[in-house]
Amino acid sequence: MEKEYIMELKNISKSFPGVQALNNVSMQFERGKVHALVGENGAGKSTLMKIIMGLYRADQGQIFIKGEKFVGSSVIHSLQAGVKMIHQELNFIPFMSVAENIFLGHEPCNNFLGVVSKKKLLKETKKLLDRVNLDVNPNLPMRDLTVAERQMVEIAKSVSFGADIIIMDEPTSAISETEVKRLFEIIEELKRKGVAIIYISHKLDEVYQISDSISVLRDGNYIATFKTAEIEQDKLIKAMVGRELENIYPDKRAKIGEEMLKIENLSKDNVFTDISFSVNKGEILGVAGMMGSGRTEVMNCIFGLDKYDSGQIYIRGENVSISNPNKAIQKGIGMVHEDRKETGLILGLSVKENITLSNLDKIFSGQIINKQKENIYVDDIVEKLSIKTPHRDQQVKFLSGGNQQKIVIGRILLDQADIIILDEPTRGIDVGAKTEIYKLIVDLAAQGKAIIMVSSEMNELIGMSDRIIILREGHKVGELDKANISQEKIIRRALLN
Amino acid sequence: MNKKLLIERNQYKNKNVLQKYGLLFVFLFLCLILSLSTPNFLKLSNIINIFRSISIISILAFGATFVVLTGGIDLSLGSVVALTGVIAASLAHPNTYPLIVPIIAGIFVGVLIGLFIGVIVAYGRVPPFIATLGVMTAARGGALIIAKGRPILDLSSSFSFIGGGEIFGLPFPVIITLFVFLLVLFVLSKTKFGRYVYAIGGNEEASRAAGIKVNIITIMVYIICSGLAGLAGIIQTSRIAVGQPSIGQGYEMDAITAVVIGGVSLSGGRGSVVGTILGSLIIGVLNNGLDLLNVSSYWQSVVKGLIIIGAVLLDRKKKN
Repeated sequence: MEKEYIMELKNISKSFPGVQALNNVSMQFERGKVHALVGENGAGKSTLMKIIMGLYRADQGQIFIKGEKFVGSSVIHSLQAGVKMIHQELNFIPFMSVAENIFLGHEPCNNFLGVVSKKKLLKETKKLLDRVNLDVNPNLPMRDLTVAERQMVEIAKSVSFGADIIIMDEPTSAISETEVKRLFEIIEELKRKGVAIIYISHKLDEVYQISDSISVLRDGNYIATFKTAEIEQDKLIKAMVGRELENIYPDKRAKIGEEMLKIENLSKDNVFTDISFSVNKGEILGVAGMMGSGRTEVMNCIFGLDKYDSGQIYIRGENVSISNPNKAIQKGIGMVHEDRKETGLILGLSVKENITLSNLDKIFSGQIINKQKENIYVDDIVEKLSIKTPHRDQQVKFLSGGNQQKIVIGRILLDQADIIILDEPTRGIDVGAKTEIYKLIVDLAAQGKAIIMVSSEMNELIGMSDRIIILREGHKVGELDKANISQEKIIRRALLN
Repeated sequence: MNKKLLIERNQYKNKNVLQKYGLLFVFLFLCLILSLSTPNFLKLSNIINIFRSISIISILAFGATFVVLTGGIDLSLGSVVALTGVIAASLAHPNTYPLIVPIIAGIFVGVLIGLFIGVIVAYGRVPPFIATLGVMTAARGGALIIAKGRPILDLSSSFSFIGGGEIFGLPFPVIITLFVFLLVLFVLSKTKFGRYVYAIGGNEEASRAAGIKVNIITIMVYIICSGLAGLAGIIQTSRIAVGQPSIGQGYEMDAITAVVIGGVSLSGGRGSVVGTILGSLIIGVLNNGLDLLNVSSYWQSVVKGLIIIGAVLLDRKKKN
């Protein structure tokens, strides 16, 4: 019966120090079907995919691809077997052109000498880009493309490998709605050609839209596989989380107080112009905007990570100039960055070291770090935020996204920041961890913190914010108060045209 | 549940032990082989000899540990040894200045060079490789200018004590090395500064975003590294009792070798000075053992090179 499936996983187990990442997982994948894989962060999805890709070796279990036992120990083996993964964090060589990136490792050659044929390269690339409906110049260096375009190039690349199993890890985390539509069209086309797609996503509405079946992993265990048409979302979430979720967005009871932060006519050439807004004590200010709207850039300028050209920043009515993050932190601003791996965390350092990174000066007056004292602070944060880690000395790179995000938030808590900027605080985080983070944010507001929350998820903004400002192409194009906040249409229109 | 957590913690610790001591096993294995193949190896006088021979390289390697931990590299060490050495020597003739003057001058010049490199790297955004390559050439020239191209002879006997003297049978350079080691160990593992050094090497952007004054820490790191090179220059000059502008060639590579054998990642953020001292011990023991075994110096280089690669390979294997 094995022949029916294009790929079959049998009893896969894998453990890391202190963590049983996968426990006896078995699954089957069919040709021409989109098989979604869902589960909370830390459920083992990424580990499982890395085993299929030959990046990790399973402690136990077997993989069969097209009926044959697969014993790959590197990405090359899995590529040869027809498996291609499109990573959440894209891998590409920024200074090489689109065409060179697509054919990296299998450049078309004219003759036995291995001289790359530029003409063929360009022609083939054009063909592939047409197939995914992407209109970019194949000669452009990869770094000049937008994130969405890069994603499309990556898909073109997997087509060029002739892959018949394509793994997509959070493929829509960085692209706009129109681009998602285009991606789905391509997926449909790939399906018709008999390609099996493993679709990993936290966005359940997308999973429902595109997948044929859904498998759920939880804490490294295989829970079940459902036909997408037959499983209700509530039941699916219950399977993922292992319990019923109450309201995703907690009730807010914070009293909104005096003004904490005011931005006046903040401008940066070619990036954003005349941005003004304010945020008050106990308030959650939502910032809506697509990628490229200038939302992250504005926040980085407020936090001193980037320089603005003109405009004023007032904290508690006092005009301040913030030239670097150190000053921002001293002024009581804390920021959770959009990209926690690049700007938020130091992955090679421990949970402890990451939490206390910016507040050692507050905890210890001299140069010497007293480890016992530090541990007390850290344990307090780990407990308060229920960060799941085997030990406070565990390197943060081994933790799941949700727990990593909590560490960044924990750092801000220790800083006792009273203006908190959250840039995409729940990106790449599962439903369960999301609700925990929402609750945390609401708690912080209730404690009188002023909160700015940037997000590209409409529901999140509507569910969480007291007020929303809308940015588009570097301009503020709207502001909605409490009464109008639930009018999703207004926001959508403002964002899109 | 509690019990499970406890087990996980122990597993976590065990793995660390293996990682930490892999290099120690390499070192002990090497010692075992040498003590079996040559009877003189384990004699006290020989062991002291080994320690003396590695003291200069160790001090340089301690400084380089800071730099490499931040993800940088310092190619100027050998030249700085020569420059600070001749400056100290020129101030160390008998009956001129008190002993403290050449010492302070040597270290101070080292500190200044470190400040220069640090500013160029941190604010000028010049890659450390290039900045220190330039300084390497310039400092060598400076040493030749000050010494007028000739060795500086006639140094005071008190100055010679620094590199040649003994206290309780222990060579003074060994005592200095031990002292510096303990100091560096303390700074890297117990202070905020040390924590920030690791943080910057791990992720500079995230460190900046966490409010760490990355530029200032970077400058400090190069000051420490070059300042220690100044100290090494004084010791070396004192030991040979001549201000020699041509000394120290290739020392930077020996120091970096010790650091890398010691398991400090060249991309920064990982490693410890305990590894560094093990690294220079491995080099010292190798040199000494091959001498005792009467291996020709040509072959010594070949064997040393291969063993260095082997040691690092073994260490990496253990970590995976």
